[in-house]
Amino acid sequence: MSEDFVSFEVNGQTLQARPGSMLIAATDAAGITVPRFCYHKKLSVAANCRMCLVEVERAPKPLPACATPIVAGMKVWTHSAKARAAQQDVMEFLLINHPLDCPICDQGGECELQDLSLGFGNSSSEYVEIKRVVRDKDLGPLIETAMTRCIHCTRCVRFGEEIAGMRELGATGRSQYTEIGTYVAKTVSSELSGNVIDVCPVGALTAKPSRYTARPWEMRAYDSIAPHDCVGSNLHVHTARGKVVRVVPRENEAINECWISDRDRFSYEGLKSQERLLKPQIKRDGHWKEVSWQEALDNVSGILRKQLSFNVAALAGPSSSAEEFFLFQKLMRGLNITNIDHRLRQVDFSDQAVAPIAPSLGMSLVELEQQQAIFLIGAYPRHDQPLLNHRIRKASLAGAKILALNPRQFAFNYDLVQIVATPLAMVDELAVLVKASLEAADLAIPQVVAELLANVQVTETARAQLEQLKAERALILLGQIAIQHPAFSSLRTLASLLAQATGAKLGYLPEANSMAAHLAGVLPHRRIAGGAVTNEGLTVSGALTDKNISTLVLMNAELDDFASPQQALKAFRAAKHVIVFAPFADTLARDYATILLPTSTFVETAGSFINAEGVWQSFQGVVTPPGEARPLWKVLRVLGNALNLPDFDYLDTNEILAELKLNLQAVKLSTLGTLPTRLSLPKPVAHTMQRIGEVAMYRTDALVRRAKALQAMTGSPVVRMHPLDMDHLGISAKDLVRLGQGDSYVQLPAEMDEAIPVGCVGVQSGTEAARALGAAFGSIMVDKG
Amino acid sequence: MTAADTLDKTVVLSAHERAEIDGWLARYPADQRQSALLGALRAVMHADHYLSVPKMDAVAAYLGLPAIAVYEVASFYSMYETNEAAAARHSISVCTNISCMLNGADEILAHIENKLGVSLGESTPDRKFYLKREEECLAACCGAPMMQVNHVYYTELTPEKVDSILDGLE
Repeated sequence: MSEDFVSFEVNGQTLQARPGSMLIAATDAAGITVPRFCYHKKLSVAANCRMCLVEVERAPKPLPACATPIVAGMKVWTHSAKARAAQQDVMEFLLINHPLDCPICDQGGECELQDLSLGFGNSSSEYVEIKRVVRDKDLGPLIETAMTRCIHCTRCVRFGEEIAGMRELGATGRSQYTEIGTYVAKTVSSELSGNVIDVCPVGALTAKPSRYTARPWEMRAYDSIAPHDCVGSNLHVHTARGKVVRVVPRENEAINECWISDRDRFSYEGLKSQERLLKPQIKRDGHWKEVSWQEALDNVSGILRKQLSFNVAALAGPSSSAEEFFLFQKLMRGLNITNIDHRLRQVDFSDQAVAPIAPSLGMSLVELEQQQAIFLIGAYPRHDQPLLNHRIRKASLAGAKILALNPRQFAFNYDLVQIVATPLAMVDELAVLVKASLEAADLAIPQVVAELLANVQVTETARAQLEQLKAERALILLGQIAIQHPAFSSLRTLASLLAQATGAKLGYLPEANSMAAHLAGVLPHRRIAGGAVTNEGLTVSGALTDKNISTLVLMNAELDDFASPQQALKAFRAAKHVIVFAPFADTLARDYATILLPTSTFVETAGSFINAEGVWQSFQGVVTPPGEARPLWKVLRVLGNALNLPDFDYLDTNEILAELKLNLQAVKLSTLGTLPTRLSLPKPVAHTMQRIGEVAMYRTDALVRRAKALQAMTGSPVVRMHPLDMDHLGISAKDLVRLGQGDSYVQLPAEMDEAIPVGCVGVQSGTEAARALGAAFGSIMVDKG
Repeated sequence: MTAADTLDKTVVLSAHERAEIDGWLARYPADQRQSALLGALRAVMHADHYLSVPKMDAVAAYLGLPAIAVYEVASFYSMYETNEAAAARHSISVCTNISCMLNGADEILAHIENKLGVSLGESTPDRKFYLKREEECLAACCGAPMMQVNHVYYTELTPEKVDSILDGLE
């Protein structure tokens, strides 16, 4: 043992641990059972439940193991008569006010209090007085409360303060009047709020969407991976009677620790959507007809065979699995179709040829937490990648300097400096920092940015901000807003230069499983592993505006997934064939599609996701797809066979995965591409404002958009404006504002928001209201409605 | 999220309240603004005679605390009133613990209830008096029966003495 460790004795067994660390951590590591309620390894020590009392040599009274530091040579007994008596006494007190409603409690069967009362409780109680009753709180659509059951361990309170970074719950009142709650009626709004359900040791906080649906002993737990962001949180999907009942975290210290985001936890509700496709359907003379898979796939192969390859565009949504991406591009390329893309929300592709093969984080999540300086460019990870944000927050709490450049102010849950500039001005703001960094490092200005940098002045503020980024371990991150930005190539070029000049690393926060799509070659300009193509195809924006495209193949992609729903809808309606592989179809999709093929969600198929770090995580199907829906990879394989494409005889996803990995084994993930030769810089449009259209947190993909409770968390859409702009246009709060992009418009109520810069309006993407709109970060006409 | 994000900006702290809070803030390190919370709430109590949610939110925003951290403190200490019913100019607490009870506290209390026409926990309609339900011994057993009006102790009470004390208040 290293010198850092000391020896001590528990129940006669010699253990080693660092002096000063808490006893309970050592007994846990040694597999010695010590009962507890308030102690949680990820939370601060409260020592208020007293359940972990143990006997310590020379201590006059039993001591709480969670708050007793280890000293060399100490002797501890966790099961002695004295320890046992103390634990039983505490249990008796805890049970005084706890109701005996286990038969109707959702926690019954997985309750820490129930379990421990079996071991430490008495079968009868001496308490004959009146039990206290606590009024239940309404914490919103996600968390159900039964506050009489609360034992005041304060795990949920500490979780809010220490992990979620927003203290919403608290202990108000005192002594017998103490209550856990929000004091004022309020929906708990943290993006990680669902974790309080897991940390609650009793049935006081339970999951509202899955309430009363199944008993823990009826459920089976399956390992899975969350599909909604680039973290790839590890999940346990719980099923009962062949249906998904709920989703809980599966501990993986290197990825999601023991937490998951609310989006990952509650998205399964989307599986119950009425819009679920159950049978293959073909539209004939404007009417949908249910057909057999055979007939549907014959039709699809007939269409694809007949088309000239430049008449077809194949577009895939970013939450598909690696295997689905691989087969999708293999099938299309087998038909010589080159217009393949998955970057549905991206609009600037001008430097795609010199961009890195895949937009990775460039480090592990654990390393991310160890950074000393982080510069977020066009990124709001708190909503886009909640558990990656948690790592940044931990870095911040450890003293890292955080800087952010965004088109609006965001409600980050850690201290940082926010640079706010209109979408178009973000490029200039970044250029100032780059110029300052090049000057500081005494580097020449590269030709590609010469003109841009000539037009900006280095300010003292910029030098000071740059100073913040000076650290041995510094990271510059390009987030979703940067990737969806009309000047993405310029932001990337500038970020690369800044990284080179400051010695910081560069990383990306890609969408969902976009890493896999890049690596598998679901791109018009690169094949698998970034391989060169002989004929470069059209990008998604190119394909949606190209008159030659008469057939669209959409895989896990619907209107709300596109950067400009307006542009996408126009293209879908103009196309002769719109072939959709998807689990869902709403009325709009039934209108623009011509063939609907019902396929799987992530719980109904085997597959793999590659997270931002580049970690591959495979998962198995948990339930069978409903109706005649089939795992997507199988549909693609059968279609490949129907088209007589070579090497399409996969028996399972492992074979696909093996082929994919074989192709990718030589790939080295690098985040620095080379510099483009020229920058694309969008110009301001006169008499318009700029739209800030980041994707709403619970509108990211088809499954999330259909999850009822998450949708109830999303307020009705509004247009956010700076008070100065509202005054200028004569608009008051709640007034309807007419927003126009291209040839259509939408009316939304105004909301005053000083976080939005003057000259901009905040209208989130992915919402139904945004369907009539165009570019998420483009110009927009704004009038009083 | 701090209270500033959800703040009702129409409710603000008065100049006097802010000056009072600043006075407390000056006594503590700059990064420990929470230390001024008890003083801040007392300043608000002094002005409003109770702590309304908007005022507590304003204090939270002023001190940069989560609103719930203010609610917790306000609801913990019995010297703070969070119920609007308590908002009266004078708060009367009659001790009814053992020594006072043995010396006739119940009659004193009944007399006050009768005189003011309110029960324990109620305010007079003119918001002049609030008769507080005092749970604890007020630590003046040597002068039992006693009562506390605002911050002042009155001991060895008789109904007549109570009348003259209460009638003498503005």
